[in-house]
Amino acid sequence: MRIGAEDPIKLTTPLDDADVVSLRSGDRVRIHGFIYTARDAAHARLIELIREGGPLPFSLEGQVIYYAGPAPARPGMAVGPCGPTTSYRMDAYAPALIEHGLRGMIGKGSRGEAVKEAMRRHRAVYFAAVGGAAALLSRRVRACELVAYEDLGPEAIYRLQVEDFPVVVINDIYGGDLYEAGLQHYRRDRRDNR
Amino acid sequence: MREIHVSEIIEAVRALCIEANCSIGDDVMGALDTALEIEESEQGREAIRQVIENNRIARDALIPSCQDTGLAVVFVELGQEVHIAGGLLYDAINEGVRRGYSEGYLRKSVVRDPLRRENTGDNTPAFIHLSLVPGDRLTIMVAPKGAGSENMSRVAMLSPSAGEDGVKDFVVETVRLAGPNPCPPVVVGVGIGGAFEVAAFLAKRALLRPLGEKNREPFYARMEDELLGMINDLGIGPQGFGGRVTALGVHIEVMPCHIASLPVAVNLNCHASRHKTIVL
Repeated sequence: MRIGAEDPIKLTTPLDDADVVSLRSGDRVRIHGFIYTARDAAHARLIELIREGGPLPFSLEGQVIYYAGPAPARPGMAVGPCGPTTSYRMDAYAPALIEHGLRGMIGKGSRGEAVKEAMRRHRAVYFAAVGGAAALLSRRVRACELVAYEDLGPEAIYRLQVEDFPVVVINDIYGGDLYEAGLQHYRRDRRDNR
Repeated sequence: MREIHVSEIIEAVRALCIEANCSIGDDVMGALDTALEIEESEQGREAIRQVIENNRIARDALIPSCQDTGLAVVFVELGQEVHIAGGLLYDAINEGVRRGYSEGYLRKSVVRDPLRRENTGDNTPAFIHLSLVPGDRLTIMVAPKGAGSENMSRVAMLSPSAGEDGVKDFVVETVRLAGPNPCPPVVVGVGIGGAFEVAAFLAKRALLRPLGEKNREPFYARMEDELLGMINDLGIGPQGFGGRVTALGVHIEVMPCHIASLPVAVNLNCHASRHKTIVL
């Protein structure tokens, strides 16, 4: 685990193998380029398409999916508030997307073992953004374009152009897990803490 | 009999929905400042700094502090000397929610049916808890509740023999199992007693108490302090990155219960603990 005292690492999407290999759990990262929003209902549709062998609404190769459902934008804003949603709900879908070229996921909260295994095997990384920091994060989005599933409302897929988008590496391809490392470092066992 | 027209209620609820979502209360902001002072983890401090800056941006720009602008949970205290004129109270509240979520650019996060999942498009229905009180006032509190923390909440029907330690274990275990998911540092609402559904209601109502205000009974005030210590010893920390501040506060509400029962419910709230009140 890197404690994060160093300057943040700048990454530009799409990610390549060298990017993913270089990242370690605990690294602070600033993302530049395009990322795609997708959450529960959009994931279900993407998986259905993969099962049917149909083309996806965007190529997953090297891409980063952001688990987010933005609030509506006020006039003059590129996007409404857009913090991360809890990631475990996408665990059922994530391994298939990683197999199809997805290199990164941004969300919040722990991932299941099958996702971590897929990340190790196919080389992908899991980032967390700060949950609830939706207003702040929306200021790092320069443009937002609808890609698919407009009927899903906040769950539609949008392509966000981001600059300096702040995230932390939770899971790397080496088995590192910031949530576990943080717990081990800061947990205090006292008698009544059964 | 005092008369309150539904148009006044609609406008009040509309404004409360927007205000609650865009403007985090001073009690929570103060607790976050304190958390930043005592947090030891650098990753945790960075997360708290982002949250504080986020809340300032939201207040200044009048945009929601979190994209999950939640279910509209509405607590209503209706004085029994009040007559609601011009329509139905529940319709008025729902209309206020409809207008607030649309005009305030708040996210519509409600589906009509839990399994068929079609968005209602206006964030209704509101979830209304109505209580009849003495007097001629109408008090409305809007408390938007996001799903990230709501999904990590639990209820248990303990045996009376489990006692205080059993309750504490259940509360701490709930926060431990939730880990980073509910956007810590969390506010922990605990309902003890009543019946199955009453405990859950108490736990949610406990979240409405301003942060820093303790239970009036010293016995439960002490238990709140002890639980906060136990929870912060878990090491989950801000956003689960590890650290000293896992919870900003623990609020306990209690009710009488059956001789054979010890219901306990834990309703978690993220750091975006939102609620705004108006008295008409």
